[in-house]
Amino acid sequence: MNPETIGSILESVIGIVVLIGALISVISVIGLIRLPDVYLRSHAATKSATLGVLFILNGAFLYFWIFEDHFSIKLLLGIVFVFLTGPVGGHLNGRAAYRSGVSLWKGSVRDDLKEDLKRERQERQEGRGL
Amino acid sequence: MMNGLLLASLVLLSLAILGSMFRLLAGPSIPDRIAALDTIGILLLATIAVIGMLLRTTAYFDIILLIGILAFIGTTAFARYIERGVVLESGDDREHP
Repeated sequence: MNPETIGSILESVIGIVVLIGALISVISVIGLIRLPDVYLRSHAATKSATLGVLFILNGAFLYFWIFEDHFSIKLLLGIVFVFLTGPVGGHLNGRAAYRSGVSLWKGSVRDDLKEDLKRERQERQEGRGL
Repeated sequence: MMNGLLLASLVLLSLAILGSMFRLLAGPSIPDRIAALDTIGILLLATIAVIGMLLRTTAYFDIILLIGILAFIGTTAFARYIERGVVLESGDDREHP
């Protein structure tokens, strides 16, 4: 195979990776619109949106590495940062939602944190009473 | 081939930002809106990466890093504000929550 064919194949593969990332983002936003609850919605918004964006950023990184001979440390740092902070932000948001009293979906079957939170609040009040 | 795929993914990403804009405006509780804002920030980052590939320029990589950091800091600040009513707390606040 001559180098031009390999180049066009690589180009198409990178384009398809970017397109897959965009499709995963659209699917995650459908979840963000359709799901019934803050917690379920943050499940859709955090994990799959991060996956889609990681696909796109990896495609961009490979593209600039292969075709422009530019090994971008900045883009690599951005990939690592998004990979680390997406789930952490979702966790913080869900914790703040639960502790500020946003109610669960009526079809939820299990709520383990409720009793723990009640006990923690009771202990704190008793500690203040002493 | 490449340009067509990139343009198609730009269209898809715009649709995704539009959808999360709906959740930002209609979300019944504040954490809904925060999740939508976080999603918009991350999708904007991906859009800028695709635009950089279309224009064949490396000038936008700084903006990718900056938007990533700002989206995370914004989400953290909003979540802390909802949970405790303050963004930055000093040592004294912990005694009297």
